[in-house]
Amino acid sequence: MSPSVRLQEMIRVIRGARTQGEERGVIQRECAAIRAQFRQADNGTRSHNLAKLLYVHMLGYPAHFGQMECVRLIASPRYNEKRVGYLGAMMLLDEKQDASLLITNSIKNDLSHSSQYVQSLALCTLACMGSAEMCRDLAPEIDRLLRASNSYIKKKAALCAVHMVRKVPELGELFTPAARSLLSEKNHGVLHGAVVLITELCERNPDTLEQFRKAVPELVLMMKGLVMSGYSPEHNVAGISDPFLQVRILRLLRILGRNNDTASDAMNDLLAQVATNTDSSKTAGSAVLYETVLTVMDIKSESGLRVLAVNILGRFLLNNDRNIRYISMTSLQKIVQTDHNAVQRHRGTIVDCLKDQDASVKRRALELSLALVSAVNIRSLMKELLLFLSSCPPELRAHTTSGIFNAAERYAPSQRWHIDTILHVLTTAGGDVRDETVPNLIQLITTATELHCYTVHKLYRALITDISVQSLVQVACWCIGEYGDLLLRGECEETEPVQVTEDDVLDALETVLQSHMSSPATRGFALTATMKLSTRITHNVDRIRSIVSIYGSCIDVELQQRAVEYNALFKKYDHMRAAVLERMPVIDKSSPGHTNGESAGGTIKELEPTKLTQEIVFPQEPSNQVCDLLDLLGGSGEPFQPSPSLSSTAPGPASSTAGGDLLDLLGGLDVTPAPPSVTVYEKNGVTLKLQTDRQTDTGMTVTITATNSTDGDITGLTLQAAVPKSVQLQMKAPSGDVIPAHGLGQVTQTVLLNNPNKVSLKIRVRVCYTSQSSVCQDTVQIDSFPSTAW
Amino acid sequence: MHFMLLLSRQGKLRLQKWFTPVTEREKKKVIREMTLMVLARPPRSCNFLLWRDLKIVYKRYASLYFCCGLEDQDNELLTLEVLQRYVELLDKYFGNVCELDIIFNFEKAYFILDEFLVGGEILETSKTAVGIAMEEAETLQETMEEYMSKPTY
Repeated sequence: MSPSVRLQEMIRVIRGARTQGEERGVIQRECAAIRAQFRQADNGTRSHNLAKLLYVHMLGYPAHFGQMECVRLIASPRYNEKRVGYLGAMMLLDEKQDASLLITNSIKNDLSHSSQYVQSLALCTLACMGSAEMCRDLAPEIDRLLRASNSYIKKKAALCAVHMVRKVPELGELFTPAARSLLSEKNHGVLHGAVVLITELCERNPDTLEQFRKAVPELVLMMKGLVMSGYSPEHNVAGISDPFLQVRILRLLRILGRNNDTASDAMNDLLAQVATNTDSSKTAGSAVLYETVLTVMDIKSESGLRVLAVNILGRFLLNNDRNIRYISMTSLQKIVQTDHNAVQRHRGTIVDCLKDQDASVKRRALELSLALVSAVNIRSLMKELLLFLSSCPPELRAHTTSGIFNAAERYAPSQRWHIDTILHVLTTAGGDVRDETVPNLIQLITTATELHCYTVHKLYRALITDISVQSLVQVACWCIGEYGDLLLRGECEETEPVQVTEDDVLDALETVLQSHMSSPATRGFALTATMKLSTRITHNVDRIRSIVSIYGSCIDVELQQRAVEYNALFKKYDHMRAAVLERMPVIDKSSPGHTNGESAGGTIKELEPTKLTQEIVFPQEPSNQVCDLLDLLGGSGEPFQPSPSLSSTAPGPASSTAGGDLLDLLGGLDVTPAPPSVTVYEKNGVTLKLQTDRQTDTGMTVTITATNSTDGDITGLTLQAAVPKSVQLQMKAPSGDVIPAHGLGQVTQTVLLNNPNKVSLKIRVRVCYTSQSSVCQDTVQIDSFPSTAW
Repeated sequence: MHFMLLLSRQGKLRLQKWFTPVTEREKKKVIREMTLMVLARPPRSCNFLLWRDLKIVYKRYASLYFCCGLEDQDNELLTLEVLQRYVELLDKYFGNVCELDIIFNFEKAYFILDEFLVGGEILETSKTAVGIAMEEAETLQETMEEYMSKPTY
C-alpha cells in the first residue's frame, strides 16, 4: 500500500463533506486519531499523520499539538520523516514558538549530514524560520558550507546567509569574504545567491559597499555575457537569457553606482547596451528593461543615457499591456521631480490613462497628472481632471478633490477661474472634500472683490437647485448673507442676473434651516446669513426677527445660542446692529498668530477683521467687539460683560478652531528679567515711560509712568490704550489724574496684556491732559518693545 | 518577497508560504484580505495592487490565483515571471497540473517551491535543475521495508 493513500483518502473524505459542520466533524475525528497515533510507539505512519495534520492546518484548523511531533520527526534518521518534519516546522513553528529552539541541534547535525538532500532540508528550514539565536549559533556552519561544498549546497547556503544577515546584521562581516569568492562561480543558481547576498551586505554596511565597488567590472562582464550569449535552453525565458539573474545584477549595480562617479562610469556602456538590445515584446524582457531604467535613473549616469531611459518609459506608456503601462507610470512618478520636462512630453498619454478601465492604472495616472500640473498646462489639465472626477471610483475621490484644490491654488490663472473650479468640484463631489475647503473658499471669495456679484449669483442658483452637498450649501449661505444686497439689486455684469425678491432669498435660507439634510453646522451658517440680511434688506426685517426668535428655543444648543444672541442684538443693541453686521473686509489668508498690523487704527468703532482664519464664527464677533469697544473707552477695571451668553461662545461643530485659537498657549519662552523703562512720549513737558514686566508665557504687565517737567500741574490725565485684536487688554485704575509739576510726582497706570498668539506687540496710547488751561490730546504708537519683552 | 498564497476561485487556501515571521492571527487576517481583494478583480485588469506598504502581484492560472506580497524594491514584472516559472515547474512534475493535483499532493507542491524559492528569494534559475533535484530526493524516500528497519532515534 503506497503510504500516501491514507492522506489522500482523508482529503477526499473532507472534500466530500457537504456542509461546514460535517467537515468540522470529520476533521475533529481525524485530529483525535492523529493525536492518539502521536502518543503511540512508532508504527511507520508518523510522517503521514503529520502530513494529514498539515492539511488540516491549511484549511484553517488549529494544529499546535503537532509541534512536538515535528521536532521528533526532524530528529529521525529516516528521510521521509525528516522531510515532513521540516515541512511541518516551516508551517507550524516560527521563531516566536519555544519549540523552535529544540530543533536547533537537529539542524546543526543535519548540516553536516552525508546526504546533500538532508543538508538542504536543514538549510531551507533555517532560511525560512531561523530565529536570531539560531542564526548566531549556526553562522559558522553556513560559512563553512559557503566555501567548501558542491554548487547545490552553495546556492542554498548563500540564501541562508541572506536570511541570517537580515536577522543579525553583525553577521555580515563573517560572510563578506565568502561572498566575494562566490562571484567567480559558473553555476547560475550560486551566482544568483551570491548577488543577492552581496546586495544584502552592501545595503547594510557602507564599508562593505566600498569594498564591493571594486567588483563592478566583474559584474559588468557577467552581465554582458548574459546579454550577448546565445540561446541556452536551461535558462532561456522568451529570448532573454536568465532574466532573474540579469535583474539581480542590475539591482546590485544600482546600489554600487549610487552617488559614485567612477562606478557609474564603468557601467554606462553596459546599461546602454542592455537598454538597446533587450527585446521587450514579452514580460521577461520588459522586466529587465524596467530594472535597467531604474538603475539608470538612480546612478550618476550621463544625460544621453537618462534620455534613453525616459524614452523607454514613454514607449512603455503606449504598450497595450496594462501591467507595463502601470509600471511605466510608477517609474515616471519617481522621476517627475528631477526630470520634469522629460515627463511633461508624455503628458497626453498619461492623461489618456485616466480613462482606462482599470482601477490601479487610474490611480497611477491620477498621481502622475497631479504631479505634472504647471502654470502652462493648468487650464487644459484641469478640464481633464474635472472630467475624471465625475466618473472616478469612490476610493479615489477624496484624493482627487484635494489634488485639484492644491493645483488650483498654486496655478490658478484668474480668480474667476479659481472660484469656478472650486464650485464645479463642490457640485460634482462635494461630499468628498476636506473640511478646510469651506473657509478657504470663503476667504478666496472675499478677496475677489470684483466678483462678489457673480459669485453670489452662481451660488444662489446652486442653492435653489440642490441643498444636499453641505460644503456648497455652507458657502452659498455665507455668500448670500454677506452679499445678499447684490443679489437683490438684480443686475450683474459677469452673468445673467436673477430677479428675486427678498422673500425668495429668505425662503431659500429657511429651506436650508428646516431641511433634514442640513447638518448642524450648515444650519448655523444659514441662521447667521439670515441675520446678516436684516441689514441688507429693507422690507422683511420682521420676518427675520421672527425666524430668529423661533430658533431661540431650538433644541440644538449652538443654534439656540446664536438665536438668543441675535435676538439680543435686535432688542437691546439695535443701535449697534448695523455696525456689527456690516460687510466684512477682505480676510487675510494667514496662519493663527499673524497680526493684521494696524489693527487699532482709525475710529474706535471700526470693526477688525477676525483673525480666526480656519473658521468664521459670527457669534464671537458681537461679544468681542462689545468688549473691546468698552475697553478702549478706558478707565474701568474689568471688561464689561453685557450678558453671560455673549462672553464665551461654546464652539459649534464647524467652529472648533475658534476656541482653539484664543486658548492656544504656546509655551516655552523663557521669562527674562524686567527690562528698564523706555521713554515713549515726550512733549509739552509730559513724559511717558513704559516698563514691561513679563508675568507668564503670554501675559505681560505694562506700567506707564507719566511725569511732568513743566512749572504747572498737569490735570485731567487720561490714558487710553489699544492693542492688536488677538491681544487681550485690561487697564487698571490709574494712580491719579494729576501730575505734580517739576517732576515732583508721577502718575502710574498698569495695563495687563495677554498675548496668546504671540503676535508682534504694538500699543497705541492716547493721552489726554490739561496743561496750563489748554487741553492736549496726543496719540503715540509703540511698535517695538524691548526685545527681551517677548 | 513576504509571502506567497495560492487561492482557489471559491476563496479556499491551497498553499501558503510565509517568508517573514507572522503570528497565526495576522496570517488569517492577511489571507482574508488577499482573498477579498484579489478575487474581486475584474478579468483583464492590471496584475499589480497596492496594499498596506506592500506591492501585491497576482496572476490567475485556471482556477487558482497565485498571489505574492512584495517589498518596495522588488521588480513586479519579474515576479510575474517567477509565478510563471513555478507553474511551469509544477506542470513538469505533475504532468498537466491542475488544482486537484495541488490539493491531493500539497506536500509535493511545497517541496517543489522549496527547491525554487528560499527565504523569499529565487534559489535556482535553471528550468531543469529543480526537476532533477526532486527526482533525486525521491530516490531517497525509502520503501516500507527499509523504513521499518531503521531505528527511530
